[in-house]
Amino acid sequence: MSWTWFHRLASPPHIYRLAQQLTPWFAWPAAALILTALYGGLVLAPPDYQQGDGFRIIYMHAPAAWMSLMVYTTMAVAAAVALIWRMKVAHAVAASCAPIGASFTFAALVTGSLWGEPMWGTWWEWDPRLTSELILLFLYLGYMGLRGAIDDPQRADRTSAVLAVVGIVNVPIIHYSVTWWNSLHQAPSVMRLGKPQLSMPMLWPLLVMLLGFTLFFVAVLLVRLRGEILVRERSASWLREVVGT
Amino acid sequence: MKEFLDMGGYAAFLWPSYAVTLGVAVLNVVWARRSLARAIAAARRRLAAGGAES
Repeated sequence: MSWTWFHRLASPPHIYRLAQQLTPWFAWPAAALILTALYGGLVLAPPDYQQGDGFRIIYMHAPAAWMSLMVYTTMAVAAAVALIWRMKVAHAVAASCAPIGASFTFAALVTGSLWGEPMWGTWWEWDPRLTSELILLFLYLGYMGLRGAIDDPQRADRTSAVLAVVGIVNVPIIHYSVTWWNSLHQAPSVMRLGKPQLSMPMLWPLLVMLLGFTLFFVAVLLVRLRGEILVRERSASWLREVVGT
Repeated sequence: MKEFLDMGGYAAFLWPSYAVTLGVAVLNVVWARRSLARAIAAARRRLAAGGAES
């Protein structure tokens, strides 16, 4: 079997140009979906019978939490691929993920706190879900700190990739924390087996918001990826071609 | 309008949660564009200094 297509696909110049061309195809649909979901969630969805209008925090909290886990998973898979196949572009993907994931993990924690105070009567509790999500933030920050502390880019790539791969154990812990242990946090209402527990007028804005944030992640990732590819690239001819002098 | 902004008494919790999450999203766009611009500038410097292999 010929692997040339694979190498061409993973070659930095090819990925750079592809990333550039694909960005608007993710960015604009993301913006449209997020705006639609904002209108659906804030205006069209009816108030919850228990939480009133307070439940609408879900349209920010759940997507932020989804991003925190989905971005980490992407980062760990990219890091594993990079370690196994020594693929420079995969290292670049992993490095691009970290700041995005860290910022949305921060948003998930803050919005969770803002939801917890009126509903549970506390901003913070050392509860399994909350604590494991906080550890996720530290994993992202540790990954970024480790990269920043190693001067040699290739060593920084390899060492941080090991941390990213090992840290993946935290992802299922976060997801299942609410079913494995007694938690203040409610059990999953959408990401579960069987029917979602939200009614359709409440559910569709959430699903649209989740899709919008996912496309947004890809768009931001593609922009960051181009920068990370440039940093790793040593060939002058194509560098000159893409950045112009 | 006032009723909408009041959010059934949850305004003090709801609007900050929207501000933080959407703010983080906007910052991600700004940071990503800045990191790309920085990498492009660094690549140009490297080319000018003859640091890259031809």
